[in-house]
Amino acid sequence: MSPIVSAMIIAIVLLNTAAMVWLLLWMRKRRGEPQTAGDTTGHVWDGDLREYNNPLPRWWLWLFLISVAFALAYLLLYPGLGDRRGTLGWTQVKQWEEMQAAQERSARSILARFDGRDPAALAGDPAAVAIGRNLFANNCAACHGSDGRGATGFPNLTDGDWLWGGDPETIVTTVSQGRVGVMAPWIDVLGEKGVDDAAAYVLSLSGRKAPKGDVAAGQAQFNTYCTACHGPDGRGNTAVGAPNLTDGIWLHGGSAAKVRETIAHGRQNAMPAQEARLGDTRIRLLAAYVISLRGPTRVAALDSR
Amino acid sequence: MKHETIEKNVGLLGVLIAIVISFGGLVEIIPLTLSRETTQPAPGIAPYPALQLEGRDIYLREGCYNCHSQMIRPLRGETERYGHYSLAGESVYDHPFQFGSKRTGPDLARVGGKYTDEWQRLHLVDPRDLVPESNMPGFPWLQTAKVDAGLTPAKMRALRKVGVPYTDAQIASASSEVQGKTEMEALIAYLQGLGTASQGWR
Repeated sequence: MSPIVSAMIIAIVLLNTAAMVWLLLWMRKRRGEPQTAGDTTGHVWDGDLREYNNPLPRWWLWLFLISVAFALAYLLLYPGLGDRRGTLGWTQVKQWEEMQAAQERSARSILARFDGRDPAALAGDPAAVAIGRNLFANNCAACHGSDGRGATGFPNLTDGDWLWGGDPETIVTTVSQGRVGVMAPWIDVLGEKGVDDAAAYVLSLSGRKAPKGDVAAGQAQFNTYCTACHGPDGRGNTAVGAPNLTDGIWLHGGSAAKVRETIAHGRQNAMPAQEARLGDTRIRLLAAYVISLRGPTRVAALDSR
Repeated sequence: MKHETIEKNVGLLGVLIAIVISFGGLVEIIPLTLSRETTQPAPGIAPYPALQLEGRDIYLREGCYNCHSQMIRPLRGETERYGHYSLAGESVYDHPFQFGSKRTGPDLARVGGKYTDEWQRLHLVDPRDLVPESNMPGFPWLQTAKVDAGLTPAKMRALRKVGVPYTDAQIASASSEVQGKTEMEALIAYLQGLGTASQGWR
């Protein structure tokens, strides 16, 4: 703010305040004049409407003067008069920083006992799972669903089927670093018929029949192009995030048309990295919650490993 | 001037009230139009590229601001959820700004990059596909409606008149940048750009 503008604001604010006090005192002077309750201002509207001209009640007068004193004290202590900072040095940003620091301290005191712990062990601790559930609702539910069951294109975390692996440390890595899953488009390599055949074979892996396409020809295509990622038996590879094609779980839709679309045009999917936003301890709590979604038996099995 | 004259003359009363109130404007509005914080762009803030600009107009047309604010206040609960508080300098190229006044949905000031493009597309078509408890309406027609590429340069020239520094080259290439794009693509481009300029300093 330029000094001229600042001076203008200060002048208007102070003159306005002074003018109000002056108006008040000027009106008050009339108290001294011989005047009795019931006098009117002398104005007459609509023939018979008159207005009383009683002195201001004491309590009202004092309230007004106290408000003026409050305003002046406020303007002295806090920013408000032009670009004057106020003698307390208060700023909104500083207040926010103090709130942040206080919150960080209190969060640290709660989170400290979870630092570096194994998520599988935390999954058995109701306090850890409760924190994890809140973190999940805030940060993960938009894609994976508030119940963790995901949606088309967004993995279900409750079904025990893992694209990148489901052991506790792998889940921590997935959440911290994020994942990028890419399936190449094959229409240019396989052609329309080749894609139909490959789709027929892929569906046959989970015991289904495609409306068209030759399973045997599809198997040949599969062995040539698909095994590098999905493995010779189609059970996938968690090292590259290639899904298991034999379990009847379909990330991008399991209808014959959708499977065909996936083979023809490929898929791109991403899990955003959370480490910078959440930090390691919160991510371990999240992983604990995700593990807890599998139910008590699965968690117990992990604990005893 | 007698009090009675003012009280019995509505026109005069109105003029005098306007004069008194304008002192408030003098103190509260004029300084904002002169202050550096509110008139100069924050670091990294640039005028919207053509596609994002078209997306922003769709955001306005569909009334997104009725339920979504773009203004993160410096309160801990907000910065925890949405990211660094908003600065006035981040909205200098927004005409009109999209601060909003009501949050039925979450704040969007820094939503850019929070979800994938595909998430945004599915969510805009039918939010309940991804968030079953959502009460946001779906916007499926955005997938088929095309952006009117012929209007984009005119919009940019209009914005230039109110101080957005579009270059002649940007205006010249604007039509070809948005040619054939759907409104969905434009809106997603806009959403994915929101708040990303601040990544360097926040």
